[in-house]
Amino acid sequence: MSLASSTNNSPGTSSPVVETFHGSSLELKNLTMAYGDIEVLRNVSLTVAPGTTTCIIGPSGSGKSTLLRGINRLHEPKSGDVLLAGESALQVKPDILRRRIGMVFQHFNLFPDHTALENVALALWSVKGMSKAEARERAQRRLAEVGLAERADHRPRDLSGGQQQRVAIARALAMEPEVMLFDEATSALDPELVKGVLNLMAGLGKRGMTMVVVTHEMGFARKVADQVVFMDEGEVVEAGTPADLFDNPRSERLQRFLSEVL
Amino acid sequence: MDWLNTLTRTFFDFGAMAEVLPQLLGVGLLNTLIISIAATAIGLVLGMVVAVMGISQSRWLRIPARIYTDLFRGLPAILTILLIGQGFARFSQSIFGPSPYPLGIIALSLISSAYIGEIFRAGIQSVDKGQGEACRALGMGYAKSMALVVVPQGIRRVLPALVNQFIAIVKDSSLVYFLGLLVSERELFRVGQDAAVLSGNLSPLVLAGIFYLVITVPLTHLVNYFDNKFRTGRRRPSAPTSGLKEVKELDAASPLISGSNT
Repeated sequence: MSLASSTNNSPGTSSPVVETFHGSSLELKNLTMAYGDIEVLRNVSLTVAPGTTTCIIGPSGSGKSTLLRGINRLHEPKSGDVLLAGESALQVKPDILRRRIGMVFQHFNLFPDHTALENVALALWSVKGMSKAEARERAQRRLAEVGLAERADHRPRDLSGGQQQRVAIARALAMEPEVMLFDEATSALDPELVKGVLNLMAGLGKRGMTMVVVTHEMGFARKVADQVVFMDEGEVVEAGTPADLFDNPRSERLQRFLSEVL
Repeated sequence: MDWLNTLTRTFFDFGAMAEVLPQLLGVGLLNTLIISIAATAIGLVLGMVVAVMGISQSRWLRIPARIYTDLFRGLPAILTILLIGQGFARFSQSIFGPSPYPLGIIALSLISSAYIGEIFRAGIQSVDKGQGEACRALGMGYAKSMALVVVPQGIRRVLPALVNQFIAIVKDSSLVYFLGLLVSERELFRVGQDAAVLSGNLSPLVLAGIFYLVITVPLTHLVNYFDNKFRTGRRRPSAPTSGLKEVKELDAASPLISGSNT
């Protein structure tokens, strides 16, 4: 995986101006989540500084996806708190909160009867209240950013997995979120298309987006993450810099996990 | 060959058929179509209401929808038509005048809405849960995500079943004759039946039957056509493309992506 840092993006090169993001901080305080009586997440606390990338790793069933779904309240937390830019996310209406948090899913979840452009534009006019012309114009720009300007009128079934996921990322970004959540965004992709999507994600991080990334791509976590969190059985087992976790795993569980995946 | 002669005279007396043809066309076919189309239109609206109630979170919407469906789906059509057509005759007289025609349409609408409601509900529930989640993650409310994304996909899937339902309504529209229609309001079956009684010959009924088939058989084939089309889905025809081509395209496309790919 070659995700070495970039030199091409520096000002002065001929490439178009790439706008920067203003990611917000995110903090989880003793977050506990349950499905019925079964607690799948217990007392998770986590701080994500503005504009940084946090990768969450861990075996299946460790509660990684549930954690993401608690942040944007697709699943309501049982107790604890989520602070977005310092304010409790549990005090605002979920619809309002979710406009500020973008999410990208493992299976893309694009709208199959909409073109790529309409997929991106839909929430812009229906949620943000833009005119349809304005929404389409912004959607077109966002698609261009992810390299899909020429595929704007394709429906999802006519796009490869990698292209679909890039449309999904453009769709989330178009809402101008303060935080982006990625739920195993590359797990369903053909291997040769994984890198393109990961590079795109790394680029977002570099431009100042706050990101929480659930991933099985250890190379990505090591190179891009500011913070890596290892979860198992609904708890944070270890958290720290990539070097801390990958080079000096302290817990026996992380050592075993790494020996299985690396 | 005496029996063959008898058969021909009983069922295929072209003279008797020719005599009743103008009435079958001008009165019978017209009324059958008016009753069926009106009952289907009302049934579609009511059916959508019943379906949306039926999948609601609130049991106070769900339970009435369930009872309504069980009732009108469980009773013989003829019984519902008679109960409504005669039971509400006085009430209907003050609105529509003495003709039982509107009540016949309403009774058929109620019956068909129960079936159509179930068709819609099945269609909506068959839409992948990720679709609704993607909508909510973008900040859409429940109503908006249903109206803009989930319900349209559900409807598209059940178009064949809806055509089948229309065929059933066309056939059931013959039952309205039990309410005693005015001469100008008779539908196909009643026109054929009257002529058969007058001429002592079944040929007019056979011709009425042929008219039913002329409506229903092409529709049955339309269903198959729809079914094939929607099952296979339309793809842009294209030769197989290597995933590597996409990687190359991507590298060339975006400053954001290629920038971080050294």
